[in-house]
Amino acid sequence: MEALLFYLVALVAVLSAFFVTKCRNTVNSALCLVTTFLCLAVYYVMLEAPFMAAIQIMVYAGAIMVLIVFVIMLLNIGSVGKSVYRHGLIWATGLGFLIFLIAAKFIAGGTVTKKVGTVTSEVVKDYGHTELIGTAMFTEFLLPFEIASILLLVAIVGAVILSKRKV
Amino acid sequence: MISVYHYMILAAILFAIGTFGVLTRKNTIVIFMCIELMLNSVNLTFIALSRHLGNMDGQIFVFFVMTVAAAEAAVGLALIIAFYRNKESIDVDDFNLLKW
Repeated sequence: MEALLFYLVALVAVLSAFFVTKCRNTVNSALCLVTTFLCLAVYYVMLEAPFMAAIQIMVYAGAIMVLIVFVIMLLNIGSVGKSVYRHGLIWATGLGFLIFLIAAKFIAGGTVTKKVGTVTSEVVKDYGHTELIGTAMFTEFLLPFEIASILLLVAIVGAVILSKRKV
Repeated sequence: MISVYHYMILAAILFAIGTFGVLTRKNTIVIFMCIELMLNSVNLTFIALSRHLGNMDGQIFVFFVMTVAAAEAAVGLALIIAFYRNKESIDVDDFNLLKW
């Protein structure tokens, strides 16, 4: 049952990821990308990370994709002409396939060790995933968390300055 | 039974498709979306390995990747709008001011 769900969602994810690169209309590409994000959220739930699934949907499929679709609508791009692709379709296919082969070789050759950490299925069930994330983030990773907040502030200011009419 | 290898192979496939899209498309926004796809495939690897190893650090990493992706989306789309205002186009072929 779990394997069936995995392969079904994998099929949808790979197909919609392919159609992101294939669709002529930019809005269709964006919608296919949302489908891929939702499939990845399903996997996060299967991997017992429900908090990650929630912020995958809210941040990625919600906020970031709304921003992208907003810009597509603002610039009124719509569908493009005949030449969707740049030159070098064959070379790009070969390079993408090569990257996949290298990754597959690493995955097949590497030996992933067994569980060494403390976070098991029972711990996640007892404490709750959000609590574990929060504990790790506000104790061990407090400094990166604060740096991330500064990064977001700088990004907001930069975006406003860049899109002002007179720079 | 689904092992961590299944998830990693799936992430590799998604990453390769994202690379293909970045290398072939003309439209800047589609290239941008393909970069988001590659970031997401890396996130899947992080969470699968974090679950497999019983360690929380990978999921914290995914949180920070999402933060950086949000900042990248804001700044990158502002750049695209500023470029469109000058050139009336968002094809990467028109990004040629530094070309000689």
